[in-house]
Amino acid sequence: MAAGKQTDVRRYPGFFPITILCLVMLYAPLIIVMVYSFNDSVSIINWGGVSLRWYDDVFNGIESAKFKEAAWNSLTIAVMAAIASTMIATAAAVGMIRGGSFRGKSLCFGLISLPLMVPEIVTAVATLIFFSAIGFTRGYTSILVAHIVFCIPFAYLPIAARLQGIESVYEQAALDLYATRAQAFWQVLMPLMLPGIISGFLLAFIISLDDFIITNFVKGAGIETLPTAIFGSVKQGIKPNIMALSTLMLLVSIVFVTVSYFVGKSGTKSSR
Amino acid sequence: MAGLTNNGGSKASSNIFGGIRYWLLAPSWVVIGVFLVMPVGIMLVYSFLTKEFRGGVIWEFSIAAYDQFIFDRGLFGDEEPAIEWTYIVIFARSIWQAAIATVLCLLIGFPTAYFIATRPPSSRSAWLFLITVPYWVNLLIRTVSMKFLIRDSGPLNQWLRNLGVIDSPIHLINTDIAVQLGLFYSYLPFMVLPIYASVERYNFTLSEAAWDLYASRWTTLREVLLPAVKPGIIAGCILVFVPSLGAFLAPDLLGGAKNFMIGSLIEEQFKGNAGNWPFGAAASMILLTMVLIVLMFYSRQQSRSEVEGH
Repeated sequence: MAAGKQTDVRRYPGFFPITILCLVMLYAPLIIVMVYSFNDSVSIINWGGVSLRWYDDVFNGIESAKFKEAAWNSLTIAVMAAIASTMIATAAAVGMIRGGSFRGKSLCFGLISLPLMVPEIVTAVATLIFFSAIGFTRGYTSILVAHIVFCIPFAYLPIAARLQGIESVYEQAALDLYATRAQAFWQVLMPLMLPGIISGFLLAFIISLDDFIITNFVKGAGIETLPTAIFGSVKQGIKPNIMALSTLMLLVSIVFVTVSYFVGKSGTKSSR
Repeated sequence: MAGLTNNGGSKASSNIFGGIRYWLLAPSWVVIGVFLVMPVGIMLVYSFLTKEFRGGVIWEFSIAAYDQFIFDRGLFGDEEPAIEWTYIVIFARSIWQAAIATVLCLLIGFPTAYFIATRPPSSRSAWLFLITVPYWVNLLIRTVSMKFLIRDSGPLNQWLRNLGVIDSPIHLINTDIAVQLGLFYSYLPFMVLPIYASVERYNFTLSEAAWDLYASRWTTLREVLLPAVKPGIIAGCILVFVPSLGAFLAPDLLGGAKNFMIGSLIEEQFKGNAGNWPFGAAASMILLTMVLIVLMFYSRQQSRSEVEGH
């Protein structure tokens, strides 16, 4: 198996340019919006030099009060939804992966991943009808509840993947040394699972922060999150301040995903 | 978390949390059961109720919502029923647009996934990371960015004009192509990841064997590689097709009123002017049924390929 020949068979001419094209297509729109957010011009068509005026506008302009309130709602909902869904997902992952085999296990997995399979718009409609049917006034709480539901699978997947990679000998050893089950969990399993839990928490946080469709349906009148506020503005045309706001949100997402990626990576290395 | 601190007397076995597994799983059952499964059940009930004008329902059994889908009975509902094409066309268009987006994703996603899977192991995760980062950026922001880029006076048209490629701007916004492009852009990473996973597991000595037997590179691709990584390709296609089918943002922001898809139709029943809840619930049920059929087809395919030993 000569190395030169092996690479020859594997390589397909044209696949590398397509990969680059793929990356360009994924990043070009985002980079362009970032660049234009620094445009010192009222029109979004012409380039008027570099400035931070639209960032100033986001924080101090006419719409700033609306954006600040929306940002506060988005952040608090995302934090609470991520905490709640991570707790639920952690318990579920331990039950699924360390609970042995039991009847209905695949059904159980189906239930946990159900929010991923049901189309978002269907979840949105069902949740809206549900809150209306039980006579619950839609607002902050209904958004929070809906977010917890669809964050569960996103938190579950990295946690379960992590737990699968940890051999059960560690808890077993703890039990043999007379640890209680709770001690085995909190002092042995939990620290080993932590990278997965952090990853899951961060992903749930971003998913909640980003959600538009479900929030739009269950929010009710008079409350906005950042995505719904942006959608409302964009409906009247793309304004430069929206690009500045989008750039800020985009950077937050990228920072969180990057942190989640490196936490997950460092975790796998240290356990080996 | 109450279940976790409960260290009651169950015996330690190889699965030490087996005794409290139901306590551990209960929170997820309750939350998803009460706030997702039950709502879908209520939605099914609502789809068989009578509409109240400007939203809501009257508790009276009716199949009007499903009937309205297929038949036009005139403004007062007393005319001879004729086939109503509006909604059928919207559903057909959604399937078509989702299919085109899936094909686009496959054409770009397969070579990308293959290229990444044949990199040295150390650099693969960095490439995958680059592919997945845009997915985590807010879908709304990505769609708005796409709209900004491709609009008539947008950067794309300006550059093409400055380069002398075109004389008048290419009109993309509010066309089918814009929606396809938007869907493609939204879900491309979903295509790359499962194909990557398949190619990574692929045994390249098979390709070498084909090569030694004088198969050309493209014959090897078609006859050896593609059949072997088929499960990944099918998974990728489903992961793109399913969310595209019910997408709302891309058709709404990039397609305009002429390119209505299922998502916009449903949205209009609840947020817009139409205000027909039973009809919106019925449309959602039909969409959900379509998705479940696709997923069932997929899981049958998966179990079959597991039997075959791929």
